Amino acid sequence: MDMSRRQFLRGAAGAVVVAAPVAAASAPFAPREPKQLPPKAIGMLYDSTQCIGCKACVAACKEANGKPVEQPQYLAQWNEGTWDTAEDISGKTLNVIRVYQNGAMTEKDREKDGYAFVKRHCLHCVDPSCISVCPVSAMQKDPLTGIVTYNPDACIGCRYCVYGCPFNVPQYQFDEPFGRIAKCQFCSHRLKDNPLFSKSGQGTTTGATAASLMSEGGQPGRIPACCDVCPTGASLFGWVEDLQAEAKRRLALKPGEMYEFPRGLLGGDRPSQTAPVGHYQPHIYGEKEAGGTQVRYLTGVPHEKLGLPKLPDHSFAAVSEGMQHTLYKGLIAPVVLLGGLVVLARRGAQSHRDEDPSRNDEDSPS
Amino acid sequence: MTATVHRPLGGRIVTKPFLFLGLFLLIGAYFILRRFLFGMGDVSNMSNGYPIGTWVVLDVVIGTAFGCGGFAMALLIYIFNRKVYHPLMRPALLGGVFGYTLAGLAVMIDLGRYWNAFNLLLPWYAQPNSVIFEVALCVMAYITVLWLEFCPAFLERMSPEIRQRFRLDRLQAFLKRYMYVLIALGVLLPTMHQSSLGSVLLILGYKLSPLWNTIWLPLLYLISALTMGYGVVMMEATLVQRAFKTPSEAALFARLAQVVAGLLIGYLALRWGDLAYRGYLGLAFAGDWDGNLFLIETALFLAPVFVLLSRRRASQRWQFLAAISLLAGGSLYRLNSYLMAVQPGNGWTYFPSAPELMITIGVVCLEIMLYLLFIKTLPILHGSTTESHGRPS
Repeated sequence: MDMSRRQFLRGAAGAVVVAAPVAAASAPFAPREPKQLPPKAIGMLYDSTQCIGCKACVAACKEANGKPVEQPQYLAQWNEGTWDTAEDISGKTLNVIRVYQNGAMTEKDREKDGYAFVKRHCLHCVDPSCISVCPVSAMQKDPLTGIVTYNPDACIGCRYCVYGCPFNVPQYQFDEPFGRIAKCQFCSHRLKDNPLFSKSGQGTTTGATAASLMSEGGQPGRIPACCDVCPTGASLFGWVEDLQAEAKRRLALKPGEMYEFPRGLLGGDRPSQTAPVGHYQPHIYGEKEAGGTQVRYLTGVPHEKLGLPKLPDHSFAAVSEGMQHTLYKGLIAPVVLLGGLVVLARRGAQSHRDEDPSRNDEDSPS
Repeated sequence: MTATVHRPLGGRIVTKPFLFLGLFLLIGAYFILRRFLFGMGDVSNMSNGYPIGTWVVLDVVIGTAFGCGGFAMALLIYIFNRKVYHPLMRPALLGGVFGYTLAGLAVMIDLGRYWNAFNLLLPWYAQPNSVIFEVALCVMAYITVLWLEFCPAFLERMSPEIRQRFRLDRLQAFLKRYMYVLIALGVLLPTMHQSSLGSVLLILGYKLSPLWNTIWLPLLYLISALTMGYGVVMMEATLVQRAFKTPSEAALFARLAQVVAGLLIGYLALRWGDLAYRGYLGLAFAGDWDGNLFLIETALFLAPVFVLLSRRRASQRWQFLAAISLLAGGSLYRLNSYLMAVQPGNGWTYFPSAPELMITIGVVCLEIMLYLLFIKTLPILHGSTTESHGRPS
């Protein structure tokens, strides 16, 4: 070994410079603070026990959002454009009804030998992963209503929103040369006509004037297409806090008891649907899942069976951002590390020149 | 120590292996064209369950780790001041230049809305909470730094007239003077984005098996990038030495071996210690897909530790085998954590299509072709004192 004392000291200095940020990074790691429900959060309550699987919501969604029907090639010539056979959400389908089937399928909303429906679309998370991962702010959460929107002009198509969404909701159009991300945006174009949801709209206390949504200025205010057409009120639109109270109310009822299920808009003036209360799982899915969502589910069979994954109470975005903030807060760690590296690299490069003048590239790394 | 003079290797450029690689490049180019004309679905098996496929995982996540030779060697030579390794610097840097530049090319093929890629640089679209944003900017900056660091190799080859006309001597002197800034950036930037490549996975949550999903992902990715960097330098040096009969660097690598073994032990200790701390050790021995992948990874990391700590480390053959093993282990770690241990549920599966793989293979072939072209025409390799292999320059 020809290592001199001086060299050793420099090596040790290098070790300190490199180890310091690593030690700093391993200091108590904390996830980012959870995000709160926006002040005028709107949402949906989907009651699986009330859904009859008619798929009117799927058709209405396609019409409202200008999406084509999906059908296999062999059916295309036979009855073009009339029979939609979408099996899941996709680049062409923002909303779909799926069926749970088990055994003899004799009874609805029963786990064993039963069947059940579930609606699949964006749940509009309170703390969305898609927004957290998007490098170009193409995904945005409306600060008032909490709708998660998509801006194709910003999007670079990296698909990390698809990768990171805990519900596999954003769908890239792989079969298009200029594909976009397709996802439910809560018919925000329809809601735009509704003065209550425009940003300049009067601040409405949650729930108090929900009924007025239906008759703003004599014109019926428009609501998301799926809730608008749902015949049983299985898809119910409204303020998230009202919907949460409604869900709790339903859970407190006795199964089989008759109940007036509101339709369209919770607190609206549409006639309600009288039906027996379902055998609910004692859990409001979406209240806490992944930091909470603005779409909430009541189901008769366990939610895992319906493709609604078991999730912790925090958003994975809070973990990921907590890590970024630990390492990059104010860019302090990288700047300090760079400073140390510059000093060491300068001395390193100089010593190479001093001690070995015969080389033709003393101080270049190349 | 003999004088270290970098020389072009010389010799014919269009050789049979070069043409063979060119054939794969053409096939890849055909499918790249199809991808842009008909969309990604035309050539790729990627889906909305597995939206990240081989183009990102093989070409970017693994490809940039293979490009970490320059990063790993600069850390050792300039920051830890181990100048004995200096002859290995320039070839390692060249590997980095191509590893990273072609990862950038692969990203442009993979981006679904590539014409918007410039938005990454527009401040009003910036999203600093996004890990991918950090990776994208940092990799772009590093590609620039790599080419600047590599500039002297070009400048040395320019004819005196050109040098005079464009005042290249001044540019060269400027680069030489401030090279230490580039060296520092060339260590900082990979430290940042290689660790961030691990942080990217934190968003997956339940989709990624706990065998891989840990808050230590950034550090594990950083260590694996360094070990793969050293592994690449060892592998390349052996291949080049055998193919072109240049002087052997085996003695240098015998010293480097201990550094690499130390890093690998640190990596394994962190990986297993964290697993035990979180109480998931059982998953490693569950005998299922994830558990077995994890054990294979560990074996591939452990084998080089034994080789590099034994007397065998002096043998070039064993060095080469150890390098291959740790590169395989590091690649498998990255492949598993990005793809093979990811379960999006809902019945999704993924295996790359042939055209999709041909694009990845085409990009890798282009990388090797450019590497060969550069070492033959530019002063990269640490030449022997005799001129027998170098073209007079």
